[in-house]
Amino acid sequence: MPDIQQPPSRVLVLGATSAIAMEVARLLAPSGTRFFLVARNPQKLQSVRADLLTLGAQSVGICTADLRDTDAHARVLSRAAAVLGTIEFALIAHGILGDQRKAQSDYPAAEDILRTNFLSVVSLVIWLTDYFEHSRQGTLAVISSVAGDRGRASNYVYASSKAGLNIFLEGVRNRVGRHGVHVLTILPGFVLTPMTEHLPHRMLAATPSEVARRILAAVARREDVAYIPGILAIIMFFVRLIPRRIFKSMNL
Amino acid sequence: MPDKSSRNESLQDFRSWGCYPRLHSSVVPLHWTTDFPLSDPPSTAMLPVGLGRSYGDCCLLDRGTLLHTPGMSRFLGFDPNTGVLRCEAGISLAELLTFAVPKGWFLPVTPGTKYVTVGGAIANDVHGKNHHGAGTFGRHVPRFELTRSDGSRMLCSQTENPEWYCATIGGLGLTGLITWADIQLRPIVSRKMAYTGTKFNGIDEFLAMSGASSGVDYTVAWIDCVSRGNNFARGIFMQGTHSTEPEKLIPSNPPRLSVPVNMPAALLNRYTVSAFNSLYYHKQIGRVKHDAIDYEAFFYPLDSILHWNRIYGRHGLLQFQCVLPVSDGERGITSLLRTITATGLASFLAVIKVFGDIPSPGMMSFPRPGITLALDFPVRNTISFALLDRLANITMDHGGCIYPAKDARMTPRQFQAFYPQWRQFARFIDPAFSSAFWQRVTAHA
Repeated sequence: MPDIQQPPSRVLVLGATSAIAMEVARLLAPSGTRFFLVARNPQKLQSVRADLLTLGAQSVGICTADLRDTDAHARVLSRAAAVLGTIEFALIAHGILGDQRKAQSDYPAAEDILRTNFLSVVSLVIWLTDYFEHSRQGTLAVISSVAGDRGRASNYVYASSKAGLNIFLEGVRNRVGRHGVHVLTILPGFVLTPMTEHLPHRMLAATPSEVARRILAAVARREDVAYIPGILAIIMFFVRLIPRRIFKSMNL
Repeated sequence: MPDKSSRNESLQDFRSWGCYPRLHSSVVPLHWTTDFPLSDPPSTAMLPVGLGRSYGDCCLLDRGTLLHTPGMSRFLGFDPNTGVLRCEAGISLAELLTFAVPKGWFLPVTPGTKYVTVGGAIANDVHGKNHHGAGTFGRHVPRFELTRSDGSRMLCSQTENPEWYCATIGGLGLTGLITWADIQLRPIVSRKMAYTGTKFNGIDEFLAMSGASSGVDYTVAWIDCVSRGNNFARGIFMQGTHSTEPEKLIPSNPPRLSVPVNMPAALLNRYTVSAFNSLYYHKQIGRVKHDAIDYEAFFYPLDSILHWNRIYGRHGLLQFQCVLPVSDGERGITSLLRTITATGLASFLAVIKVFGDIPSPGMMSFPRPGITLALDFPVRNTISFALLDRLANITMDHGGCIYPAKDARMTPRQFQAFYPQWRQFARFIDPAFSSAFWQRVTAHA
């Protein structure tokens, strides 16, 4: 089997107006990719569609949906499969940072984060796993976060939504990996996107296009988990080793 | 409090390329053409800014709100038959070239850096080395959308809202936010430029060479602004045309060199700059040199070094660019050069060019027929400012005009004499918009 595969040519993007998803699609478009894009805002979807078509995409189907509405998932995903013929690559990119201070003392705020980042993704992954397992092919890539590796006072509601997601995806990989289905968990650190622009800049901040390049490399190499930038894999290895007794007293 | 989290409310030190003056504003990034008007409009004045490559204060606003456009950078359509590209206004010319060059298309007009946005190129109605044959950038923008702070969106072209079309081209970003634009590209078959460099000695020789090369696509000259005596006004006249021999059109690599920190301003003094000027002049050994060079090297020699403005140190740099009518141009330019060489203030990036007579649609556009001279100086206490004031006065005496995109110093009296149409233009300014430049040059004298 060749090391580097052909880039996927029939691509489903969920949360297609997120900064990272747009950059992934922009990198794929020039090779004549067929896309099906799902996002909430129809005007934004139209501009992403125009951008990808101009860059060389062969076709771009769009669908307006709020992915928190899990009842709509089966309809949206079957339409994507019908329009694309086959889904070869599905990228799940929607998510919110939420407001930790609000969410730690207000359940509806915490629930909103968990519904958006975890439960809605679980619903999509359930459908897509069955689809890919059935067709014995496909790559499922999900944008999670390095934050899910440990619980910190400053963002544990967001972090727990991603931690749950990471374990769920690990299980899915264990189930379908032997059937030729590739499950990629993407763990970016701090990315300079509209979601984070109100925060002070951090060390090792990556741009959406750097993250997108790394995602496509991880897809080509069939990696299971991709820390972005790569150095975070080493840093987080040691962060996970910090004993709980010490971790709990750290100012994080 | 939570609603504010969606916007960056802290005052930031957004810098123009000259790093002078330094003003504080809040910066609101725009990612979509629908992000403006803002859902929560600020109480301060607003101004769209792109990549901040204007030198002076036309992209600044003291205690205002800067609408940062580079996030609006999508392509909206391209017709390979006509070469018309539609794109969002925050896209940079660098991104545009990466897209267009492999398809065999090039910018119709390009300034000396590709790190400017399309919106900024329209708002300053930028010009390039082909002004004598192609006119300004705005001439190649058949249509764009202008969004006003009241939410109205106007399609602007020679036939749709033509008065807004003319006010916005060269309108310094004051007439509203340009959300997208159509650009008429020009075809190329190779990245290469057929280049000729010819040494000259004196303004008269330069003018003779310019006159003889009106059929050449691109012409510009580097001129030595330090040497006196026999070497006064020596320089190299550079001509280029797009190569007509087909060659593989690959995209450019991103630059690898960068000036990481501000250098001590003392490094740029009359001795180092004088040495640089001599080296530059003698780098070309013969009187005439022919070469085939990449378009990056021909159009954007400084873009290969990121943050080159830092060589001027932390106080920044001042630019001066004027145009003088041809009739009195030779005398005027000589007078400017004598004033500069007499002070000995270092300027090693001086260029001179003859503008053509192709009119721009822009109401407030700077380029007009004549000889244009552009140079830069370090900001060094009062000497630099006194020199700029003298240069502005000479420009005025010779019936010339100064370029707002490079200015941080013009007085209201000078500006209003250079641009007598400013009052008519003011009617088109968005009531919620302003700029530090505009406040300065329209203040009561």
